[in-house]
Amino acid sequence: MPNATVTGKAKDRSGSTTPPPKRRAPRLTTLFGRQPLGIGLAAPYAVFLAAVFAYPLGLAVWISFHDYFFTAPGAQVARPFVGLDNYKTALADPAVRRSFLNVVEFLVINVPLTVVLALVLANALNGAIRGRTFLRVAYYVPYVTASVAVVAVWLFLFSSNGMVNQLLGPLAPDPSWLINNKLVMPVIAIFVTWKQLGFFILLYLAALQNVPRELYEAASVDGAGKFRSFMNVTVPGVRPATTLVVILATITGANLFTEPYLLTSGGGPNGASASPVLVMYQKGIEQGNPDVASAIGVILVIGVLVISLINRRLLERD
Amino acid sequence: MKSNKVAAAAVLTLAIGTTAACGSSGGSGGSDASGAQAAHGPVNVWLSNNPEEVAWGKAMVEAWNTAHPTELVTAQEIPAGKTSEEVIGAAITAGNAPCLVFNTAPAAVPQFQKQGGLVALDSFPDGKAYVEARTGAPADQYKSPDGKFYQLPWKSNPVMIFYNKDIMTKAGIDAENPPLATYDEFLATSKKIVSSGAAQAAIWPAPTSEFFQSWFDFYPLYAAETGGKQLVEDGKATFDSEEGKRVSNFWRTMYAEKLAPQEKYPADSFADKKAAMSIVGPWAISVYGDKVKWGAVPVPTSAGTTADKTYTFSDAKNIAMYSACKNQGTAWDLLKFSTSKDQDGALLDKTGQMPLRKDIATVYADYFSSHPDYKKFADQAARTIEVPNVPNSIAIWQTFRDGYTSSVIFGKTPIDDAFKTSSDKVTALAGQS
Repeated sequence: MPNATVTGKAKDRSGSTTPPPKRRAPRLTTLFGRQPLGIGLAAPYAVFLAAVFAYPLGLAVWISFHDYFFTAPGAQVARPFVGLDNYKTALADPAVRRSFLNVVEFLVINVPLTVVLALVLANALNGAIRGRTFLRVAYYVPYVTASVAVVAVWLFLFSSNGMVNQLLGPLAPDPSWLINNKLVMPVIAIFVTWKQLGFFILLYLAALQNVPRELYEAASVDGAGKFRSFMNVTVPGVRPATTLVVILATITGANLFTEPYLLTSGGGPNGASASPVLVMYQKGIEQGNPDVASAIGVILVIGVLVISLINRRLLERD
Repeated sequence: MKSNKVAAAAVLTLAIGTTAACGSSGGSGGSDASGAQAAHGPVNVWLSNNPEEVAWGKAMVEAWNTAHPTELVTAQEIPAGKTSEEVIGAAITAGNAPCLVFNTAPAAVPQFQKQGGLVALDSFPDGKAYVEARTGAPADQYKSPDGKFYQLPWKSNPVMIFYNKDIMTKAGIDAENPPLATYDEFLATSKKIVSSGAAQAAIWPAPTSEFFQSWFDFYPLYAAETGGKQLVEDGKATFDSEEGKRVSNFWRTMYAEKLAPQEKYPADSFADKKAAMSIVGPWAISVYGDKVKWGAVPVPTSAGTTADKTYTFSDAKNIAMYSACKNQGTAWDLLKFSTSKDQDGALLDKTGQMPLRKDIATVYADYFSSHPDYKKFADQAARTIEVPNVPNSIAIWQTFRDGYTSSVIFGKTPIDDAFKTSSDKVTALAGQS
């Protein structure tokens, strides 16, 4: 049809002195846009995404609706469609429900703490303070250190006879931090905040470079102190970065696995620190029920998407 | 408009993935099973990463290769992973599992079998006869529900109570004959150890949630208390019983009175002398041998059963043949070679682990007379209980562990309620295919 329109226009203009310019490859433009080279350059990454993201995600969704288990190549097994059975099984399991509540508790502590600490520390590191380079590196070191090594240190710090309890003396909690139903998730949330902080400070440091100096000068002329400038200039100035930090912290937090796996040896005490991903690992890999594990995964993905969209709407609102 | 584009992209991404996924679902084709079983040629095997077992494995393979130059065997340690079972499970799915794994956990066998990853040893003409002749009646515990052997019972580590003689003496307890036979004796001895300050804990089994931890606290005592009952028998959970509750109440008291800590020790509590006792197999002799003056006694029972009637958990590791193996004929011959009387003797000599063969105390009498420390474990090896070979084995142990940690370790729920709930779930899981 577009060709017919072009032909019609050419006929209308046939009476004019100059012939109409010939359009070049409109189909190509329709398919690949005005910059086909861009498509070409982006294609490898798109293929990569399809292979490592779209395919596994699609497979997980498919598995979650079927009676599925991993088999040897060539094994003939029936994998009937089971509708929402795997979702019902997952949601009927108290361990799964508990894990989702645990991760909500984790996010409620971890995300605001991450945003506030990262922004405050980035703001401080952005100023002319003594030992700035050392501090920037120091905050980043936990992020690049292997979790296994860092977890071992925290185990010694927070175990019953650990340094923290020795410092607290009679004020030490009983049961101790890592076997206390109420304290274990906050400890993990603080651990993850500390470990990831370097990365988020880096994001805020980059964002702070884009806040115009003139705004601070104008605020100063208006009589604003450091706190006022921070609240009225810095915080709004890095809002896009805050959106990114909140969404990234939410996504990484929802995928919590290593810390409960190592720090509390499988989500203890009594499931109080089990995360959905840990339960997925137990059900999918250890117990050979990838169908139920996939259902948990799909629920988690939907939950994270919803939370991220809400965060984005709230944070980007003027 | 922007939101619509994002939504469309997400749906498209998902659709592509789902389509791709559906396209690849389901198995097809099949291997020529009978052809593979007759085939001879090179094979590969995986060994445990225990240094002593690796040394035995390499010597065994060298002996085989010298005698069979056209059927060479390649051995390597099981690739690193969170657990051996996960690595083997992944290898089955990928189709690159080795011919034999000399470290197959009995609890994982039902899952590997369900995956189509194992070869039934009964499919070899002399398969069933060989397994039964070597192991005797205890081999029945390793049969799958279809009546076939998908694993060869290889070696066990019958667990006993290992104790530190110095700590016992420090606590004013007779180190050569500590009173540990009954629950009352065990509790009284434990109280003395802790109250005297001789050690921080009487015993420190891992109080964590991993499915296998019950094999080293509840299960050995349950085997002893019941005279050799498995967790599941005839498709039904057995632990919601008087015996099961007696064992659980014993452990609850240990935790409630802080004789056993509720928090995992980050290293080896027995080696670090933080705990006076530990539940271990004969491997511990070589590990603790020179560092700790140790003694070993059977696990306690409520009535103080004599050692010659006390059962325990076997902590066995077996050999299984994997369906990805192309030269199963050679693999079967190698399996028999590696579990011959001579090779079992070499394994015992190098590792101290007990071959799951009949009458080891008499077959290897010379070894036990020159290694008297191992004699108690050899005697105990005759009375061991394996994990039940039932569908959903790992899920069953995890279900049991969850109820146990909640009620026994942390005392959050009454033992009666927790065991009833766990028992119903376990019976349901055992009944699923």
